[in-house]
Amino acid sequence: MKPAAFKYIAASSLEHALALKAEHGDEAKFLAGGQSLLPTMNFRLARPGILIDINGIEALAGIDPSGGTTRIGALTRYRALQRDLRFAKSFPVIAEALPHIAHPQIRNRGTIGGNLAHADPASELPAIMLALRARMRVQSAGHERWVEASDFFVGGLTTDLQPEEMLVEIELPPANPRTGSCFMEIARRRGDFAIAGVATLITLDDRDQCSDVRLTFCGVGEAPVDASVAASGLIGHQMTEQAACDVAAAVQSMIDPGGNVHTTVDYQRHVAGVLTERALLTAYQRVRHGH
Amino acid sequence: MDTDDHDITLSVNGVRYTRRVESRLLLSDFIRHDLALAGTHVGCEHGVCGACTILLDGVPVRSCLMLAVQANNHEISTVEGLADKDGTYHPLQQAMHDHHGLQCGYCTPGILMTMSAFLDENAAPGEDDIREALSGNLCRCTGYQNIVDAVMAAALQMRGR
Repeated sequence: MKPAAFKYIAASSLEHALALKAEHGDEAKFLAGGQSLLPTMNFRLARPGILIDINGIEALAGIDPSGGTTRIGALTRYRALQRDLRFAKSFPVIAEALPHIAHPQIRNRGTIGGNLAHADPASELPAIMLALRARMRVQSAGHERWVEASDFFVGGLTTDLQPEEMLVEIELPPANPRTGSCFMEIARRRGDFAIAGVATLITLDDRDQCSDVRLTFCGVGEAPVDASVAASGLIGHQMTEQAACDVAAAVQSMIDPGGNVHTTVDYQRHVAGVLTERALLTAYQRVRHGH
Repeated sequence: MDTDDHDITLSVNGVRYTRRVESRLLLSDFIRHDLALAGTHVGCEHGVCGACTILLDGVPVRSCLMLAVQANNHEISTVEGLADKDGTYHPLQQAMHDHHGLQCGYCTPGILMTMSAFLDENAAPGEDDIREALSGNLCRCTGYQNIVDAVMAAALQMRGR
């Protein structure tokens, strides 16, 4: 339970970190919160030759709501997201999901950028980034690009990040007016990996009919799943229990969960359906009652 | 192969230490082996059990999920620093004793560090808050009820001070 030997370099700036990554490529890993990387290194499932510690790069941490969008530095810890009340009010679906991420000690250390770059299929935030239509700012030495969340998550533990690149910032567009959200998850134990989790955002028009419905899942595929298309029948209609039930059935036939030692595929599909109904109805009630 | 060594200076329970460490040394092992502060326990060594919880600049974290070299220039608190210098227990330590909040005691240092920091921020917690805060610390003996009772009692005691 000890990491294999590696070379440790504390990056003094973003430029320094990117230069090191350009030099060492796949042999090097960025060390942010370390709450996923270090366990895999302790198990020796990961044996990076070089660790580039970015924890000293203060410019990478922080929440900036000053523009039309909200920008979150990759090194922002879950703790900081949880304690920023303005952020929680702007993005209640994230605030609702954060307590499901592991435990307080882990959230004190883990970062949003590390979470998204790790891209665990059971993780909450990748699914929420899909629902919120987030954009990722990705940098390498001398180059920068933006990646839509829908293009960022490629597969199990796999993102669009190239060996020389770092995810440096996450940009969240402002919520539409009259939008309600909900995040729900079932796990074997509190804080454990999700058997299934759902994030939904419902926007209503002035007649209380759905004008936009986002519906994404964690834990039910190799990557986060955007199942919004399963809810397309809701557009132009008011939410009813029957409509939510129909969406749940569509979701169940759409997803392809893998099952694991804690859950069968059938159970995951069942839970995804139940959560779909509950989350849709909850989000709808929330927007109608103005919170 | 030459080992990748680094010189670090850090404070543990208010005492400054300067040591040379190999980069792959976990903070938990550094505290136990290099500093001989064996009150910090290691259980799972992959971030699940919480026995190795310490305070990093006042915030509870898993010391098995940090490298010793990362603690350079930081302040660490461990269970050895919880009681007063004259040996008087922290109110939470006393309450754990009074309420039989431990049996084998292996998880206790991690629980003390987690919950003492929790009490510093939550003067009047409810039972649900306590259970949520405790969720990252596994105890296989007590069934948790006596720990919850102890934290409630410590909160009461600390409010009265």
